[in-house]
Amino acid sequence: MALDLEQIRRVARLARITVNEAEARASAEQLNGVMDLIAQMQAVDTTGIAPMSHALDVVQRLRADVVSETDQRSAYQAIAPAVEAGLYLVPKVIE
Amino acid sequence: MSDWEVVIGLETHAQLATQSKIFSGASTAFGAAPNTQASAVDIALPGVLPVLNAQAVALAIRFGLAIGATVAPRSVFARKNYFYPDLPKGYQISQYELPVVQHGTLKIVTDAGEKTVRILRAHLEEDAGKSLHEGLPEGLSQSVSGIDLNRAGTPLLEIVTEPDLRSSAEAVAYARALHGLVRWIGICDGNMQEGSFRCDANVSVRKFGAPLGTRCEIKNLNSFRFMERAIEFEVRRQIECIEDGGTVVQETRLYDPDRDETRAMRSKEDAHDYRYFPDPDLLPLAISAEEIEQVRRAMPELPQAKRTRFETQYQLSSYDASMLTSSLEHAEYFEACVQAAKGEAKLCANWQNGELAAALNRANLDIAQSPVPAAALGGLVCRLVDGTLSSKLAKEVFEAMWLGEHGGLADAIIEAKGLRQISDQGAIEAMVDEVLAANADNVAQFRAGKEKAFNALVGQVMKRTKGKANPAQVNDLLRQKLNASA
Repeated sequence: MALDLEQIRRVARLARITVNEAEARASAEQLNGVMDLIAQMQAVDTTGIAPMSHALDVVQRLRADVVSETDQRSAYQAIAPAVEAGLYLVPKVIE
Repeated sequence: MSDWEVVIGLETHAQLATQSKIFSGASTAFGAAPNTQASAVDIALPGVLPVLNAQAVALAIRFGLAIGATVAPRSVFARKNYFYPDLPKGYQISQYELPVVQHGTLKIVTDAGEKTVRILRAHLEEDAGKSLHEGLPEGLSQSVSGIDLNRAGTPLLEIVTEPDLRSSAEAVAYARALHGLVRWIGICDGNMQEGSFRCDANVSVRKFGAPLGTRCEIKNLNSFRFMERAIEFEVRRQIECIEDGGTVVQETRLYDPDRDETRAMRSKEDAHDYRYFPDPDLLPLAISAEEIEQVRRAMPELPQAKRTRFETQYQLSSYDASMLTSSLEHAEYFEACVQAAKGEAKLCANWQNGELAAALNRANLDIAQSPVPAAALGGLVCRLVDGTLSSKLAKEVFEAMWLGEHGGLADAIIEAKGLRQISDQGAIEAMVDEVLAANADNVAQFRAGKEKAFNALVGQVMKRTKGKANPAQVNDLLRQKLNASA
């Protein structure tokens, strides 16, 4: 399966990455190399093998349901570009 | 309209009743000042890692058991990618291919009868923050939105049905049943105003027997009434669209309660490509059979089981039993009342479902807020059983209890107001004799075959005793005397 330039642009748009024509072509070539590798792996018979969801063969550790964090708002907001009344300000969101 | 079939599936986000967030130790308490409960994990500072909350998992298991579902021994967290300012990571941690709860059912009751709704899945995920467009200083609100990330990372259980619902009434019945259940098992406070229980409806229409039509998702259904109206509007809109030769476009629509209509929110063409993949920051969630057993042992008795037990243990009708198990609070009230009333279950049921329910309804109160506690109502029932009160007097006592007079206790009210029923045979007989002597015309009418005259005589006796004479004794004595002297 080969990715065309239109698909590359769509994925870039979804990831909010600006790509120019040359970058799109380069990305297409690289991603098609990845797709070839995937195709190679797809060809292997995996009947009866459970899909791997993580590279480590261990399971998630859980934490107790305890409030352990204190209010750090002023520290976090000190590095935010714009804040007002305790809120982070962002360009207007329109739905 | 009748040859159209409505197909509805519901997605419900239930906020899990934990103290801390699903992946961080920040508090989930509602109503804090903006961003004071948003930790480094919640605001997605670089380099932080999520650590899963054990209680969120336990509550999900509890839900799975309550709907007879499979609790997956192994489930996986995935990243759902989209860009929105209230989602600072650029993805939401959710579950996709392997959710924690799979394939359960929930029974609903509508006017059409009982129906089993299949629940496809329930998965754990984190909530997003809130975008605020109002309340910012003048001048700012034109160009910016304010972001409060206190809610970001709050644990949610997203509960997804199969497209099994066939009307707005069924959708509402399901939502109500689910709302009752999550509160019953204590996994969610169910507060719809605060957004703890939110429903989205996927609605489509088709001709009977045809394949599924294109669906639209309706958001912002934050009350059962709005849900019903939004679905009804949407169904009409889709049918009109198709009958006018158009086609329904798959999209997300927002219900506007002020205009009572749904309108397009955003096309899903682009936004819907969430590019899910397993989150490398989180290992698979393993749940052992012992952990499931542990949760099962701590489960409260479920509504269905309690209803059946009430019918057999207390000899109640299925109507009474279902009323008394409409919420855990109702059931607990009833059992406390029965205990105080020394086992007089049927009378307790009658009073709880009758007098008390009506009074609560009038005052727009929940049973948990009842001014008459269960033990007090049980005390009133005791006085009915031992003959101290007639049912008419009991209602008077109940009203005083409701108003909190004399400590709200039946015995104190009876004593203070002299409401004790007169059961002394001699006293009643004297009263009956007086009434018979003073109402010769009624006596004559009765003898002439007018039953109504008998009631008038009973009324006279009751009037003389201010309603306190034992009505059964008055009836018996009157009849005896009228027949004897006939």
